[in-house]
Amino acid sequence: MSAIENVSRRGFLKGLGAAGALVVGAYYTPKILHRYESDDVRTDADNATLHPNVFVGVETDGTVWIVAHRSEMGTVIRTTLPLVVADELDADWKRVKIDQAIGDPRYGDQNTDGSHSVRSFFDIVRLSGATARLMLIRAAAQRWGVPASECQTDLHVVVHSSSGRRLGYGELATAASKLPVPKKEEVQLKAKSTWRYIGKGMTSYDLTDLVTGKAVYGMDAHLDGMLFASIEHPPVLGGKIKTVDNADALKVTGVAQTIVIDPFKPPPAFQPLGGVAVLADSTWAAFQGRKKLKIEWDNGLNETYDSDQYKKDLQETARKSAKVIRSQGDVDVAFTSTTNTFEGDYYVPLLAHASMEPMVALAEFKDGKVHAWAPTQNPQAVQAIVSSELGIRKEDVICHVTLLGGGFGRKSKPDYVAEAAVLSRKVGRPVKVVWTREDDIKFDYYNAVAAMYMKAAVDSKGRPVAWLQRSVFPPITSIFDVNAVYGDPGHLQQGWTDMPYDIPNLRIENGAAKAHVRIGWLRSVANIYHAFAVQTFTDELAHRAKRDPADYLLDLIGQPRTLNFSGVDYPNYGAAYDAYPWETGRLRRVTEMVVEKSGWGKRKLGKGAGLGIAAHRSFLTYVATVVEVEVNDQGDIRIPRVDTVVDAGLVVNPEVTKAQFEGAAVFGTSVARSGEITAKSGAIEQSNFDNYPVARINEAPYQTNVYLVESDAPPAGVGEPGVPPFVPALCNAIYAATGKRIRELPLSRTNLGKQS
Amino acid sequence: MANAIQFKINGVAHSFDGDPDTPLLWYLRDTLGLTGTKFGCGVGLCGACTVHKSDDAIRACITPMSSLAGAEIRTIEDIGANGLHPVQKTWMQFNVPQCGYCQSGQIMQAIALLKSKPKPTDEDIDEGMAANICRCGTYQRIRAAIKAAAEEKA
Repeated sequence: MSAIENVSRRGFLKGLGAAGALVVGAYYTPKILHRYESDDVRTDADNATLHPNVFVGVETDGTVWIVAHRSEMGTVIRTTLPLVVADELDADWKRVKIDQAIGDPRYGDQNTDGSHSVRSFFDIVRLSGATARLMLIRAAAQRWGVPASECQTDLHVVVHSSSGRRLGYGELATAASKLPVPKKEEVQLKAKSTWRYIGKGMTSYDLTDLVTGKAVYGMDAHLDGMLFASIEHPPVLGGKIKTVDNADALKVTGVAQTIVIDPFKPPPAFQPLGGVAVLADSTWAAFQGRKKLKIEWDNGLNETYDSDQYKKDLQETARKSAKVIRSQGDVDVAFTSTTNTFEGDYYVPLLAHASMEPMVALAEFKDGKVHAWAPTQNPQAVQAIVSSELGIRKEDVICHVTLLGGGFGRKSKPDYVAEAAVLSRKVGRPVKVVWTREDDIKFDYYNAVAAMYMKAAVDSKGRPVAWLQRSVFPPITSIFDVNAVYGDPGHLQQGWTDMPYDIPNLRIENGAAKAHVRIGWLRSVANIYHAFAVQTFTDELAHRAKRDPADYLLDLIGQPRTLNFSGVDYPNYGAAYDAYPWETGRLRRVTEMVVEKSGWGKRKLGKGAGLGIAAHRSFLTYVATVVEVEVNDQGDIRIPRVDTVVDAGLVVNPEVTKAQFEGAAVFGTSVARSGEITAKSGAIEQSNFDNYPVARINEAPYQTNVYLVESDAPPAGVGEPGVPPFVPALCNAIYAATGKRIRELPLSRTNLGKQS
Repeated sequence: MANAIQFKINGVAHSFDGDPDTPLLWYLRDTLGLTGTKFGCGVGLCGACTVHKSDDAIRACITPMSSLAGAEIRTIEDIGANGLHPVQKTWMQFNVPQCGYCQSGQIMQAIALLKSKPKPTDEDIDEGMAANICRCGTYQRIRAAIKAAAEEKA
């Protein structure tokens, strides 16, 4: 069978059912399209016979529906949280089906960023599964005429052990559905010793689809009659169209029309950037038509933005006293009372996300409502921006979440979904907006460019008695407030406010910087540049004191203690401080462990090789990393081995968690080797993987060993915390191998070869 | 159709008489609905669109339809259509995919690599797979899965 074309959606869905869902050559219609057929936003869990809460439903045939309300971009969260529900329900994983939630505030927060899905929802989803389990137990007890206290569950059945009677969940679903939903206080969670899945983990629910091409991403969303759109955005942020000539574009076969999208009203937030959209009957025709547009731009105020000059300005600001974020003792007195001081300037450029799937979204405006299918980390933000762009109610924006071909924070910002909705309303047909790779690189929300100034006064043993650190970067808040120039507490906290060393005189500052591009969060965010500065400076001080860098790092971390942030604006990643205190003993432990696991100081290294170490807490997780690097005479680097020790509290899904840290080492390799976005006359100079390279298999670490610390602490983040220590550990290893100190990223800016 | 280009996709005969510059990628995705082949860069730099032309791995995003007269193209949809390919099995065994978007291309490239180098060394894998980007960073598992598939096929 070949292509099925021009079938109605309804007919097509019927066909899908008959063919067992997959026909080679057919459109792999997202299952989520079912919802649209009935214009019904209910999930299969909602529709199930027993559905005591939004996360779980039990059918009479024993099928258990579990709702994944977080977005799947590779962290396997779509499996991991449902696995927790299944554990508390004592459900057989083979009988569980996962239902991807639309954007809906009834699930609570759905912005899948900040490495907090498990942390924020662990207790909630445990309760949801345990509630359903208790109702099934009560239904069985009622049927048997025995006290519920005499009944337990085994895998997918309720058991009355004294009589040996058993009833399956499916058989009990109807009776259980007639019972009142128990209050939270009545529900008992399983004891840790009886967990089936939590801590043991499970592979991705989507694994087979992911290796057979059947997984449905935003790029694969389809509606009959849709137009494809490619948009020429203003090359400079805030630019406007002076003149546009679309005559040649309209001559391209397949091009239907062009539409001008209004420029955003500052601040940009998640609004469309504006520009000219070319709509066509295929992606390729839209791309071709767009190339034929002739547009004259008024570039506006950001035309003066030039990365070389901006770097000098940031570094100059970093050398001047600035806003004090945290202070103890008296740094100035200490600096003037000794001549034994040391200082350094550090720099990390703008970084792009470059997820493998460029921005893409399909939207249909019809009868006052919008249905959108999008690879989004934040479907409720889709509702908000589409609602405000179109002047319709948020509830009338139904955002179906597809799989994401990578996200890394970029897909939390739904400007591209708003574009599809705006265009669909204008043409009265479904519109799929497809960004090219060039659009993705040039119109990102970049991780901030940052300059850091570090200064320490040291005692006779080389240990700091005073420490000053000052960072300057255009803040993320600038996308919401055009006047924002200082870092907000939520980003300053990332490896800066919480600098953990035990030093009597300490001052932490932040200088002002104005944004000229959209700044956004990218995997690990401000931790990337802050950890780079702190952990590189630490290594420099160690070498200056002629001490072993690992011993020196442990010395500065000091004895186990809980950091006290009274009087300091320290949000602790939004977590309660008593549940997630900053414990230096945990950072110390992962550091000691990585020393041991990596064979630090004992391992034999080849010619031109070196080891580097760094430790960092981010997203409430403690990580220490040792990187081995080899640098040849030409300055090419190879990373044979990485050891990383992780204390993330309780880990629900260990194998996929290890994969996150393996991936973080690769992501960090990209940041360090070649991550650099620059602007000239306000326009971004990079465009694709040739001039914005990311690590390839031959450049990535050959072997990354991940060790997870057994912990009873509550769960913390795992998606992001691997990146921050990796980058300085690599740079410190390069110093060990070559004697060349890296204070500026990326490495491609430094000649690491013997001849220089 | 007089000047239509004739070729096979996954064993099925097709003909094309549109713009001959149209890349195979968009014909597969937009015309046939074979969306397992992905768009990543559009210029042959990332490998997300890798398909087979006979046994060779090619980049569908830079392969014009005009070059396909008589070609036999195979896409991820046909790999494992009658039972999973050993490479797909080891990909599952080693839990290779994270987001998975690049993995169709990685798998197509790995199958082509194993055709030409049934027992690939690390250097062979570096060389054979370097044109396929995985932004999630699953390379270590890709390498392990390729080696395991090579063992299995022996």
